[in-house]
Amino acid sequence: MLPEEATKEEEALLRKQYGFDKPLIVQYGMFFSKVLKGSFGDSFETEEPALGLVLSHMPATIQLAGTAFIVSILIGLPLGCFAALKEHSMLDRVCMIGAVLGQALPGFWLGLILILVFAVNLRLLPSFGYGNWSHLIMPGIAASVFHTARLARLMRSEMLEVLRANYITTARSKGLMERVVLFRHAMKNSAIPIVTVLGLDLALTLGGTVIIETVFAWPGVGRLTVEAINTRDFPVVQAAVFVLASTFVLINMIVDIIYTFLDPRIKFE
Amino acid sequence: MKNSRDEANEFIISKKQWEDELPPETTWSSRLLTSLWKQKPALFGVFILFSVLLLAIFAPIISPFDPDEQLFKRAMKPPMTFFDGKILLMGSDHLGRDLFSRIIYGSQVSIIVGFFSVFFSGGIGLMVGLISGYFGGKVDYFLMRLADFVLSFPFILMALAFISILGSSLFLIIFAISTRLWVIYARVVRGCVLSLRETEFVISAKAVGGSPLRIILKHLMPNVIPPVIIIASLYLGRMIIIEAGLSFLGLGVPPPTPTWGGLLAEGRSYIYVSWWIVTFPGLAITITVLGTNLVGDWLRDVLDPRLRTG
Repeated sequence: MLPEEATKEEEALLRKQYGFDKPLIVQYGMFFSKVLKGSFGDSFETEEPALGLVLSHMPATIQLAGTAFIVSILIGLPLGCFAALKEHSMLDRVCMIGAVLGQALPGFWLGLILILVFAVNLRLLPSFGYGNWSHLIMPGIAASVFHTARLARLMRSEMLEVLRANYITTARSKGLMERVVLFRHAMKNSAIPIVTVLGLDLALTLGGTVIIETVFAWPGVGRLTVEAINTRDFPVVQAAVFVLASTFVLINMIVDIIYTFLDPRIKFE
Repeated sequence: MKNSRDEANEFIISKKQWEDELPPETTWSSRLLTSLWKQKPALFGVFILFSVLLLAIFAPIISPFDPDEQLFKRAMKPPMTFFDGKILLMGSDHLGRDLFSRIIYGSQVSIIVGFFSVFFSGGIGLMVGLISGYFGGKVDYFLMRLADFVLSFPFILMALAFISILGSSLFLIIFAISTRLWVIYARVVRGCVLSLRETEFVISAKAVGGSPLRIILKHLMPNVIPPVIIIASLYLGRMIIIEAGLSFLGLGVPPPTPTWGGLLAEGRSYIYVSWWIVTFPGLAITITVLGTNLVGDWLRDVLDPRLRTG
């Protein structure tokens, strides 16, 4: 942080400024009391408050993670449902092979391949950056592929299990329309494990976007964190880890609350 | 009229017949092998996994070129180019290094990080789960709150936090991944132990005065090994992807050691000039992870169908 020709006095001043002259435990206490006041110190690079810097990058990350999340629901759930309804059919096979492959694909590599195909060769989409909706397509797909695949497989197995249940046979034998049986009886009952995984997924996409953001030069918290690690900008790293982990915990808490609405049998003491 | 001896003979014969009709005594390993033969995807997965293992072990023999040898004349050759009478199967990079050889050597880091992190954290998770589940009370409370704390960090974030503080090396990456992974084992093992603790064989072991250590090691541990194996195989692939991701970000095993993620990062810089550098290392990751996932799914189905985590 200091130029090489800095004097001993300047060094001592800097040490004092950052509290490096105090014992480690005192430094930790000082750090903690600052964190409780919502301050992580200033970024070494830009000298802005670290927390503000991280929070200003949060919308981009939420946009990307949100897109990935919605894409995985819109594609994964219907695919899993259809595959279950037409068990052992061609469609089922194709979906499940696709899903198994999708779970093995590293998202960031898919992102690179998308860039190679759609930006470098076909020149259809912008290869990186942040702006209108066309910038969101490739990162959105890359960030969602694992979750889409997992959701499709989980939805399929849940639906298969539910469709074998007695209450479905009862509903069908009452002569209810297949549509009613599916939407009112089957889907509702397969919702609980799905919501668990969805909650985990939403939280995980937040973490998973770290690498995708770097691939597409997306101005989110993930890329900020990686850059901060490379420049040893510790206040920013600490603030970013704090913000992302808090979001993670918050989402998990919301999922727990949603449970109690979905399944009245679950209660918290 | 039959005398008693005939009756006894009849009984013996029928007992023998009865024994013949019983399915042959099955052990774990034989059950696994027969089901492996029936499950073609799993067989494919095992084949992939073995191939990658062999590649990693025999890398110096298999790779056609020295992975670190830089040669200006050989730079940026597309795949299937002949050079010096040998074929550059996957092309070469900007420094003239053979991509195929580098991918073969790159498998070493992936395999080492994948297997070691899964085993290392499996060992810790198993111990924590056994202790937490068996003793309960304050010990359980403390260990499970610690687990909750660790769980509040996404995988990548935890690894990034560690690496930003400690720097990166092969060992530190395994360590960083393991600090997050053990929790998953610990929770499942604890759950199993909680229900096992109420079974008769554990209660009777306690009644005859078995020490906690003996009960944990002799009675509980063998019964929680299947879920541990399942988790290990299901997470192996994900850990390989995480290692590749860290190397891609430049936070993994430092260069010049070839890693699949590192090769991809290199390929990203030259994406406008060469498609091959960015394609083949990713393909290697995908195929390897596909193999581990197929094996993991199969082990889960065979050993414990109830454990479905998706």
